[in-house]
Amino acid sequence: MKDTLILAIESSCDETAAAVVKNGRTVLSNVISSQIDIHTLYGGVVPEIASRKHTERVNQVVTEGLKQAGVGLEDVDAIAVTYGPGLVGALLVGVSFAKGLAFASGKPLVGVHHIEGHICANFIDHPELEPPFPCLVVSGGHTHLVRVQDYGKYEILGRTRDDAAGEAFDKVARAIGLGYPGGPKIDKVSDEGDPDAIVFPRAKVGDSVYDFSFSGLKSAVLNYLNSCKMQGIEVNRADVAASFQKAVVDVLTDHAMTALDEGGEKVFAIAGGVASNRHLRAAFEEKCNARGIKFYRPAPILCTDNAAMIGAAGYYEFMRGVRSDYSLNAVPNLKLGER
Amino acid sequence: MNIIAIDSTGMTASVAICCDGRITGVYSITHKKTHSETLLPMLDEVKRMTEFDLGLADAIAVAAGPGSFTGLRIGAATAKGIAQALDIPIIPVPTLDAMAYQFCGTDRVVCPMMDARHSQVYSGIYAFDETAALEVLSENRAVDAAEQVEAAAGFAKNRGTGIVFLGDGADAYKDLIKDLMKEKTDVSYIFAPAHRNTQDAGCVAVLGEILFGQGKAVTADAFAPEYLRPSQAERVRNEKCDEKK
Repeated sequence: MKDTLILAIESSCDETAAAVVKNGRTVLSNVISSQIDIHTLYGGVVPEIASRKHTERVNQVVTEGLKQAGVGLEDVDAIAVTYGPGLVGALLVGVSFAKGLAFASGKPLVGVHHIEGHICANFIDHPELEPPFPCLVVSGGHTHLVRVQDYGKYEILGRTRDDAAGEAFDKVARAIGLGYPGGPKIDKVSDEGDPDAIVFPRAKVGDSVYDFSFSGLKSAVLNYLNSCKMQGIEVNRADVAASFQKAVVDVLTDHAMTALDEGGEKVFAIAGGVASNRHLRAAFEEKCNARGIKFYRPAPILCTDNAAMIGAAGYYEFMRGVRSDYSLNAVPNLKLGER
Repeated sequence: MNIIAIDSTGMTASVAICCDGRITGVYSITHKKTHSETLLPMLDEVKRMTEFDLGLADAIAVAAGPGSFTGLRIGAATAKGIAQALDIPIIPVPTLDAMAYQFCGTDRVVCPMMDARHSQVYSGIYAFDETAALEVLSENRAVDAAEQVEAAAGFAKNRGTGIVFLGDGADAYKDLIKDLMKEKTDVSYIFAPAHRNTQDAGCVAVLGEILFGQGKAVTADAFAPEYLRPSQAERVRNEKCDEKK
């Protein structure tokens, strides 16, 4: 059978990315131009600046993606692009560019859901992984526990009611003076801390066993810091980081294990930026092993926002016959499984 | 020479194809600001109706700013995608220059204004010389509407002529303009008629061809819109840095 090549473009937040993916599973190139240095000056992503930088870099990134894959635009079978969820101005750059590229090259266009991309990152380098399986998506903007029923078919089991897990990491990191981005910094500092030093709450959402809530945890950390300050007690940042992180990891793993017990699957996957957190990976590894469940996680480079995952998701959409027309718009709050 | 032209800088979305100095198709919509959904379908329609072979396009002219930040980027990113696929250059055409060019040949001073909010307009002041070439009297800037009206009146008075005001900025500050001009009895002024009051990709194409001849085309990669204003976050940060100094 002839190989199917997807050129994928991603610009939903602060990474401008392009990739070429073969048959949904093999990455021929994965180019990511990060803007993190600029946004660090502002303590978080500034949407207008992100949009401007995407516009400046998109041609270079796509050219490099094709070059590293050793193919030309004429060799690709379709162009896949993230159209939501994300920052609307940032998404619009990738979407408009991809549409122009598709229009002028005559190639089919496939709009891809960013979170589906994160989930499909697990297909890369894992040829044996096939649906159905439950998957936990954790990132700066998302916390979803989903059951992947089939390619392109998702059942949402639970989601966060307030902050995303990654958002809580960023806010706590800022509060203890670690700065932005919070996830990797807390992950690192935690190595030197005692995860049982402080007991932070593990929130349960009353009417749903699978939903998450992280704003209470974040407030508990802030209250703790405040009371230490009032009492003149010196805060051990590493202990706070490790204890906070453990609370997040406990909730995420508990919910996922409940879903696995319920569904009876022998396979589980995680995805998203927070999925590269070493403590989270280790906790899942341990719990899955104890239950005889095969645990999948993407390589760290595929956990962060990237276009290879969009190419993987785009491939399965393309093979299912999904085509977007030239009126494709950016949808900042696109829901999973919605088209 | 064949040029594809795009303007999505304001409320109007406009596309045109210009073949060997003839505008074969132009399509403009001033309705809702949904350029992301309409701009490319419009261009596709013009392409099909004029049976234009994209492979014959030599360049793509884009209204490069100022304008709505999002609108600018939709036009810019679309053009960058098309230019990359066709391996052709982009001709950045200043939005206000193209708007002024609608009055090519007039003796009056031309003052296009785009509503830039915060009681400001994006505006430039123009005139045409005896060869009908566009002359920039005042560079594009974000400026208080009243200040720009005074500036335009000053140029008109010196040149012994009147003014044409156009654009959605002129619409937004029509009463202000009338009030200010009432005191300037020696300078006549008109507001552009509706068919010349909005952005028009035909003008972008024609002016684009002139700029192309002047070597002003750039690669798809090198092209970036001219916003005239930094982002809000940068403004605040710069102010803070200035305070510290």
